[in-house]
Amino acid sequence: MIYLEAGQYKTTYEDDQAIFPIAQDRYLVLAAVLVAFVAVPLVANEYWLQALLIPFLIFSLAAIGLNLLTGYAGQLSLGTGGFMAVGAYMTYKITTAFPELNILLVFIFSGLIAAAVGIVFGLPSLRIKGFYLAVATLAAQFFIQWLFNKVAWFYNYNPSGTITAPPREVFGVMVTGPEATATVRYLVALSLLVLFALAAKNLVRGRIGRSWMAIRDMDIAAEIIGIRPLPTKLLAFAISSFYCGVAGAMMIFLWLGSAETLAFDINVSFQVLFMIIIGGLGSILGSLLGAAFITLVPIFLINAPALVGVHMEVALERHIESIVFGAMIVYFLIVEPNGFARFWQITKQKLRRWPFPY
Amino acid sequence: MTHRRTMLAGMLGVVFALVFIAGPVAAQNDQFFPLLVYRTGPYAPNGIPSANGFRDYYDMVNKRDGGVNGVKISWEECETSYDTKRGVECYEKLKARATVVHPFSTGITYQLIPKAAVDQVPLWSSGYGRTATADGTVFPWAFNAPTTYWAQASAVINYIAQQEGGMDKLKGKKIAHVYHNSPYGKEANPTLEVLAQKFGYELTLLAVDHPGQEQKATWLQIRRLRPDYIYMSSWGVMGQVAVKEAAAISFPMDHFIGNWWSASEAEVVPAGSAANGYKGATFNGAGPNWPVHQDILKHVYNGDQAKAKENNWGEVLYNRTLVGAMANLEAVRVAQKRYGNRVITGAEMRWGMDNLDITAARIKELGFDGMMRPLRITCADHEGSGPVLIQQWDGAKWNPVSDWIPVMRDVVRPMIEQSAMEYAKENNITPRKCE
Repeated sequence: MIYLEAGQYKTTYEDDQAIFPIAQDRYLVLAAVLVAFVAVPLVANEYWLQALLIPFLIFSLAAIGLNLLTGYAGQLSLGTGGFMAVGAYMTYKITTAFPELNILLVFIFSGLIAAAVGIVFGLPSLRIKGFYLAVATLAAQFFIQWLFNKVAWFYNYNPSGTITAPPREVFGVMVTGPEATATVRYLVALSLLVLFALAAKNLVRGRIGRSWMAIRDMDIAAEIIGIRPLPTKLLAFAISSFYCGVAGAMMIFLWLGSAETLAFDINVSFQVLFMIIIGGLGSILGSLLGAAFITLVPIFLINAPALVGVHMEVALERHIESIVFGAMIVYFLIVEPNGFARFWQITKQKLRRWPFPY
Repeated sequence: MTHRRTMLAGMLGVVFALVFIAGPVAAQNDQFFPLLVYRTGPYAPNGIPSANGFRDYYDMVNKRDGGVNGVKISWEECETSYDTKRGVECYEKLKARATVVHPFSTGITYQLIPKAAVDQVPLWSSGYGRTATADGTVFPWAFNAPTTYWAQASAVINYIAQQEGGMDKLKGKKIAHVYHNSPYGKEANPTLEVLAQKFGYELTLLAVDHPGQEQKATWLQIRRLRPDYIYMSSWGVMGQVAVKEAAAISFPMDHFIGNWWSASEAEVVPAGSAANGYKGATFNGAGPNWPVHQDILKHVYNGDQAKAKENNWGEVLYNRTLVGAMANLEAVRVAQKRYGNRVITGAEMRWGMDNLDITAARIKELGFDGMMRPLRITCADHEGSGPVLIQQWDGAKWNPVSDWIPVMRDVVRPMIEQSAMEYAKENNITPRKCE
């Protein structure tokens, strides 16, 4: 009933090719974006924005980036943390060298540098596949982390080796640094996410996305129908690293404010990989859902006992959190191995037939 | 998927939303101290005694004196696992009523320094954090008294010179710095480098990556290098591994000196007898034989010594946080003297900390006599340049083996001011004026 497309006639090719061909989807997404842009900044307090929503937006972008590479192009990567670090450190270098440059432009430049680094570490993908490629990209993770820790130039020779987000304005509004309000940082992160998610969605629906999926599903067959593996795979690495690089820059400049290479360690790579596995490989929506699950659920679990009035030792709380979270991951993967995105698809089907299931 | 499951999922979603809508706990009328602790993860061996020290001291003051000038103390722990990202969540959750925040991690301190200034919450990073915060003109909201990493490094070099029989004897000596490859571990490097130029010792810097369980390569280098002294900045599991590795290559333990975070029970007890003779810096006495410990035993543990020991009573890090907790409450008193005996705000607390003066007489009164040195913080000096004590592990306890060693303030202070100015420039801060 609810998701019935009856009566929605498509009379032009444009209609037929729309991102959301069903009107319900269109309205739902539009409503979600409106809520995110208008309602959330009005009602959310700083805790909400700073502890929950901003990290969610940032990890969503990173997850979309990795999903393009792993979910669509089929190249397993464990270098996400490294590529995010490239974005963050390059943003720091560029913005301290040219303070008058618009910080959003700097994000883009840093993303491009991350893309270049991604291409370099993507080169082995032509020869090695699957788990072996994962190990090769692991090298990117460790090498980049080591490099930013070792070479003092990257952190402007400050004695502790941390990078700090300096205050920067965009059109007279403080966007980064301590004076930037959480609301502004949230809105900037949200705008970037919406922009890049839209770009990604269109990318995967077009020629490039189709060639990625062809490579993913059977690379020899793809080659036979005229898709060149090298440029296709490298493009996937480049675009994925670009997304991760921008996400990394956002992590320091819009969220943490200051960090060291440890913020981009191997755990980050794993976390982002888990996001797309739990959310759904080969799905933009899945990336968002997975990011929400991995970033928000642990915070919920650790705060839940206190809020229902149960007070316990913090260590115990933390252990319970780990156990419950682990159990939840196992549970969801058993119930729906294809991730939350598939879950949503099934729900939509059910809503379509409701109240007359068969 | 059945209807039951759908309903379950729906209910879960509602609970989830409710929890977040409820948000942080509302205000009350007591002096509130948020504690960012880590009782889990690779740094828990250090995190647990530190957390217990705070808790026990506040608890004792509540029970013995009924709080500070009639104002009850309350506190809440938040588990960070030494992870900076979790630190953000903890800080945001607890900052609203915070008197002062103890990040208890150099990484989290770095992150909070700019934020705390905007939120008007003082940061107390006692003997850790960003060394440059010792300059109160650039960092009005951050304090790292009684002394800093840089001052400590200079004191240790002083101590080594004492051992060798004079500053001129340092020439040509080989000193290695084994450090945790993080902002914390790197802190001492610039000072050691400057002093190496000044006194002519040969400095080798050896980084150990987080979390520090794997150090074979480092110790192989040390075996080749044969340094005269090793100075170590470790944290968490790294320390005990290093002590074991040093023993395995039969490095003379009394030439192996840890900084104050690398010289607690957590480093030496797991290493067993191999650790005997290992030295470490400190700015507070160890052991439970001080009057304040008797008060804690009586009021918190009802005289049950076994239970107190289980809670790290008298351990090095426990004692250190006792000193920190005491200094905070003294700052509350200073602020109350000016603003009245009531719950004071973060901004008032900052004033109290700026004017903190813990004299020898006051230390005696509070039961800390001999455990720490007098401490005076001023508007410009958020450090106090307190002296450093060298202690040695004898297999059962830490014993002081030196007098209080002065730090080289003439070398360190200009470096701090320069570093603070660089920070101010990078972040468009105008240093405040101090009379």
